Amino acid sequence: MLLRHTPTEITERSALVINPAKTCQPVGAMYAALGIEGCLPHSHGSQGCCSYHRSALTRHYKEPVMAATSSFTEGSSVFGGQANLLQAINNIFTVYNPDVIAVHTTCLSETIGDDVPQIAEKARQEGKVPAGKYVINASTPSYVGSHVTGFSNMCLGMVKGLAVKTGKKNGKVNIIPGFVEPSDMEEIKRLAAEIGVPITLFPDTSGVLNGPLTGKFRMFPKAGTPVEALKGVGEAIGTLAMGEWASADAARYLDSEFKVPCRVLDLPIGLAATDRFIDALRKIAGVAVPEKIEFERGQLVDMISDQHQYFYGKKVALAGDPDQLIALTEFLVSMDMLPIHIVTGTPGKKFEGRIRELTKDMGRPVNVRGPGDMFLLHQWIKNEPVDLLIGNTYMKYIARDEDIPLVRHGFPILDRVGHSYFPTVGYKGGLRLAEKILSALLDRKDRDSPESSFELTL
Amino acid sequence: MNSAVLEERQDQVHRIGEGEFAMACNRDSLAGAVSQRACVFCGSRVVLYPIADALHLVHGPIGCAVYTWDIRGALSSGPELHRMSFSTDLQEKDVIFGGEKKLAAALSELIDRHSPKAAFVYSTCIVGLIGDDVESVCRKMSAEKGIPVIPVQSEGFKGNKREGYAAACKAMMRLVGTGDISGISPLSLNILGDFNLAGEIWIIRGYLERMGIQTVANVTGDGRVNDICRAHGAALNVVQCSGSTMDLALMMKEQFGTPFIRASYLGIEDMAESLYAIAEFFKDQDPGIVARTQDVVRDELSRLMPELGQYRKDLEGKRAAIYVGGAFKAFSLIKAFRHLGMKVVLVGSQTGTQEDYEELASIADPGTVIVDDSNPLELSAFIKEQGVDIFVGGVKERPIAYKLGVGFCDHNHERKRALEGFEGMLNFAQEVHSTVMSPVWRFTPRWGKNVAQGSGPREE
Repeated sequence: MLLRHTPTEITERSALVINPAKTCQPVGAMYAALGIEGCLPHSHGSQGCCSYHRSALTRHYKEPVMAATSSFTEGSSVFGGQANLLQAINNIFTVYNPDVIAVHTTCLSETIGDDVPQIAEKARQEGKVPAGKYVINASTPSYVGSHVTGFSNMCLGMVKGLAVKTGKKNGKVNIIPGFVEPSDMEEIKRLAAEIGVPITLFPDTSGVLNGPLTGKFRMFPKAGTPVEALKGVGEAIGTLAMGEWASADAARYLDSEFKVPCRVLDLPIGLAATDRFIDALRKIAGVAVPEKIEFERGQLVDMISDQHQYFYGKKVALAGDPDQLIALTEFLVSMDMLPIHIVTGTPGKKFEGRIRELTKDMGRPVNVRGPGDMFLLHQWIKNEPVDLLIGNTYMKYIARDEDIPLVRHGFPILDRVGHSYFPTVGYKGGLRLAEKILSALLDRKDRDSPESSFELTL
Repeated sequence: MNSAVLEERQDQVHRIGEGEFAMACNRDSLAGAVSQRACVFCGSRVVLYPIADALHLVHGPIGCAVYTWDIRGALSSGPELHRMSFSTDLQEKDVIFGGEKKLAAALSELIDRHSPKAAFVYSTCIVGLIGDDVESVCRKMSAEKGIPVIPVQSEGFKGNKREGYAAACKAMMRLVGTGDISGISPLSLNILGDFNLAGEIWIIRGYLERMGIQTVANVTGDGRVNDICRAHGAALNVVQCSGSTMDLALMMKEQFGTPFIRASYLGIEDMAESLYAIAEFFKDQDPGIVARTQDVVRDELSRLMPELGQYRKDLEGKRAAIYVGGAFKAFSLIKAFRHLGMKVVLVGSQTGTQEDYEELASIADPGTVIVDDSNPLELSAFIKEQGVDIFVGGVKERPIAYKLGVGFCDHNHERKRALEGFEGMLNFAQEVHSTVMSPVWRFTPRWGKNVAQGSGPREE
């Protein structure tokens, strides 16, 4: 038992996180920045941070992940990292030649007090930033928020660093997809295209972190949100922000600074949330929902109705990021399942309230904690076992110890593939998610059924 | 030279046969380089974390704990406490007001609950900046709880992994010499610098047992606190991965007079030579040990060689590139590849020393490129230029190799099969064979004609 050290009895902890359900801001910022075409993320801190984030993203996506570092030394930690960043900007444009450098900070550079916007401006004045190239930045101290906060801050950094005020409208809708997979971003683009809404999706890691084997190594895959498109996000007719935690800040900034009205939606995972997303798109386009999308929705409803007896009453424990958990909880409840233990490591006051609201008609108490950790989740499970786990790879310890099937969802997934290629957003994504849940439950049923009740047809 | 090489890095790249050998190394990475290197904390963490009955508490913001949570596959035959992730998860207010209270509370709770044999407290960048007196918190906790509570001075910005190894050795040195050494055989040693990835230390301990030698402490794979406390009772330290635990061997020699020898368990010659060197050390006390060692080697080789031959048939003439953390691995790998009839055409490390690179240069073939602290652009350019069939590296290099249509072997944290010892050589051969000969490469675009000296049909 790998987690034999986890006691059933729960005591309040204040000074300690055990088996975290989050990681730090910079990795989220790095992921977001990879969704800009021709962008090299840059970690302003010691080289270990950059190395860890690249490794984490590489393990999750099984793709090369490029990012540079200011390589802080003891000297820079005393005198500040300005010299390192100036040299870095110069070196990066000289050797790697990206269109954009997206600088995010670390706990080290934040605490020293480096003023990254000012240093970037100095680099520009010194001629270290070639014409038509950009240095954008985000403040991402590791001791605030989580990887989701870092993603959100870099989305905000894209708007602040690239959007141009022209007063014109370009007729497009901005969609900020949230901290989701490249496959999800691709699916959101497809749905918008089906409905006929011209969009700017940012960031967009599809094609960047799920690219083909070409025989060539490209530092900058030919994908991602183009810089020109990002420059135009202030001219959009509106912004749809998918997820309060990952996307709302950038959308609200566009609203207040560029007068681009925004709507914050839940991630379109599951039936109801996808319905709301499709409805929002449809209204913007002023069209009826296309038949093709109606058809996809019908398939999802059909599949759930075919199998609803297997979903009914199954208890689920989840760990993940707030935006994902809110959407997943709503989806599970809508399939008559019982999400009863839910933790996120990401702080945020509204989280517990949203989950309680979504589960209030379940007719039973729900354990929810934000911020919490997987140690607490495991303790809850020991006190009331569940039929299914949903969460990232770190949940596999609990899955093994308690012998509960696990559906992998979220970040990071270090031991399975598929998330890069098959979305869980939209109706198609709902089909995949429902199929994965069902397979996990029925595989377990087949495994555990005694011979007398082992059935061919389910 | 290769156009992908930064001007400032020209003296960290050398081509055998072109001019006199000189190599700049152990230098701070250039700001702005896509360096493959890690930090001090990383170095300390990977060395100490396999000690399975110790508590490992990361004092810092959450990331440092998450990125080192059970990533190395260091197996334990008993406790699994090392596979949990403990962090003080420092928040903004802690950064302003200090994290000492939080650290003390966390330690107190964890030690009470898990009763570890010792606790290691890792300082991260931020702790160095806000000036927490970790040493004093640890001292108090140690007095209160009656176990060693040891600070590891691993603030990330203080250098690269090398400094982290040194900090880890210093931390372990606080344990060495505190245990009871009665009953230890005169024919005894400590295994230093093996982390029991995929169960490798068990293989080595098995050979030693057959030679009649007692292993006192594993440093640190499948490691135990009490064993390390009595490590000074062993007659010899055998040091592998010279970068990570050499400092401990040096300190033990100075303080306890424990002699050490260097060893490598990778590949046939190095494995056999290491066992013979150990036998040589003990032969005055036990003349029979040489014959017993010969028996072990003969037994193992008679099993291994016929099987190895099958793989060699296919692999003859294929070309390999190596980019690893410490240079010591590279020596063994070059020899191991020769056994498979393969040629190493590119070799480099993140943290090699001048001495390491000179040794590499002396065993490498003409035309081989040697690099220190390289980056993806450089590596991929050299891989293409040299017509490489397999790349040996770590997690960040794997997808780069695959994108180029080149096989890959993880010789780092993520190895899934034991690569040490004689049976490890067979696993290595199988792994190399499976990736070099994989049919998937037939479906990938061919390379240009300029690298046609590489094996296989690689026309445009």
